Amino acid sequence: MTTGTTTQSAAAVMLDDFLWRAALAGTAVALAAGPLGCFVVWRRMAYFGDATAHAAILGVALSLGFSISVFIGVLITALAMAFMILSFSGRVFTVDTLLGVAAHGGLALGLVAVTFIPGVRVDLVAYLFGDILAVGHTDLLVISAGSAAILVALWLRWERLLLLTLNVDLAAARGIDTRRENMILTVMLAVLVAVAIKIVGALLITAMLIIPAATARPISRTPERMAVIAVTVGVLAVAAGLSASFYWDMPTGPSIVTAATVLFAVASLFSLSRIKSLH
Amino acid sequence: MSLIKAQGLGVRIGARQILRDVNLSVRKREIVTVVGPNGSGKTTLLRVLIGAQTSSEGAVVREAGLKIGYVPQRLAIDQAMPLTVARWLALSGTKDRNRHLRIAGQVGISGLLKQQMSSLSGGEFQRALLAEALLVRPDLLVLDEPTQGLDQPAVASFYKLIEGVRDDIGCAVLMVSHDLHVVMRSSDHVICLNGHVCCQGTPTLVSAAPEYQALFGFDTEGALALYRHRHDHRHDHAERGGSDAG
Repeated sequence: MTTGTTTQSAAAVMLDDFLWRAALAGTAVALAAGPLGCFVVWRRMAYFGDATAHAAILGVALSLGFSISVFIGVLITALAMAFMILSFSGRVFTVDTLLGVAAHGGLALGLVAVTFIPGVRVDLVAYLFGDILAVGHTDLLVISAGSAAILVALWLRWERLLLLTLNVDLAAARGIDTRRENMILTVMLAVLVAVAIKIVGALLITAMLIIPAATARPISRTPERMAVIAVTVGVLAVAAGLSASFYWDMPTGPSIVTAATVLFAVASLFSLSRIKSLH
Repeated sequence: MSLIKAQGLGVRIGARQILRDVNLSVRKREIVTVVGPNGSGKTTLLRVLIGAQTSSEGAVVREAGLKIGYVPQRLAIDQAMPLTVARWLALSGTKDRNRHLRIAGQVGISGLLKQQMSSLSGGEFQRALLAEALLVRPDLLVLDEPTQGLDQPAVASFYKLIEGVRDDIGCAVLMVSHDLHVVMRSSDHVICLNGHVCCQGTPTLVSAAPEYQALFGFDTEGALALYRHRHDHRHDHAERGGSDAG
């Protein structure tokens, strides 16, 4: 390169490059989504993640309407949605039905609400499918902080959350406050939705949680191994998706999810052939 | 000195009164068994005692620092979670590898440590659950129908195992069971539950009590048959059901 950046440090140059910021932001999300996604898969919360993520569009509309940070707006609606589902589930409707209503109702309400925002036309596509290449310095900071918080919380409560996932009563007998741990897991999910919406968009956030974890499942023997492999898959998918997007001008969010899906297919075929060869 | 004590315990879920005025206590090294028909609140009682369910009336008093090893009635390990037996045992929080090996040997799962939990047979799985509960170093072992789905020889050996464990590590045992004949042989104290405590005491006392006989449908002869002819009794039930329908 022949640009005059000799006075700047290498790190500053790197962060100035939108592609590097995108790569770092994507990696940060993949690091947190890997282990958190394992819990989503183990606890069959895929649809729960969807509902929370779709409600995020309503959060986007609210943030723009009240001119507050999109991160905060999305975090609040994602949290509100998650706790609403938790407290209503099992009363009249099954969780499944309730989530179906919440996911699509939230999304539709958000899409409608956005049209009422006066002034600038909002580019909703960026929030539906992500706009990782537009990640700024502040975004990168918020995404990294959110992901780090999730990772630290998971690290500290790993054994507790595993016990809770296996059997609620077993966790209670061990003196674990099961309601509190459930709530913390829900908050973590909402934080991830809030930081990931910029990367892959509301429609594909659940994919970042589930596909890496599902890819890791057939090639793991312990929960920890599964989490580590899920992180690896997520990071690889971000790298591959970004590259594809850069060289072939493909939409970045969908490219990342496509890359993850390809890895899933490869891992599944690999384990299938291994099972066959055993017989 | 009781390890755990329930005083005037009542549980109401929605409009349904599941338990009322339950008093019981478990002392050190004692094997206490709760028997009762389906829907009599046995599992709810255990859940309140281990702290998984709040009571609407009364109180549970536990000895300070009481450690509970719990074996739930059902533990469905989702295919989605990879879990070896060794990793399952590590969830007890006990890091000591030698202790893992010793307990695994004691319950007879030494050769299975590298297996996935989902690949175990019913009996092996129950033993793995028991091993984890024992690794907690419990003062009180709580078992909710631990022999469900096991065949007769497996049931007998499982109860023998529990008695051995009690003698070995000196914990008390509180369990719910349907295996009446075994229960009556190996328990110190039996509680007959049907929403409330119908009767309780030593196995001989309880099996002679009219409340107990009424609950399980024995006449005075049946109470005797309890020890020897459990199969006949069950069979008898089925026949009665059949003739009622016809």
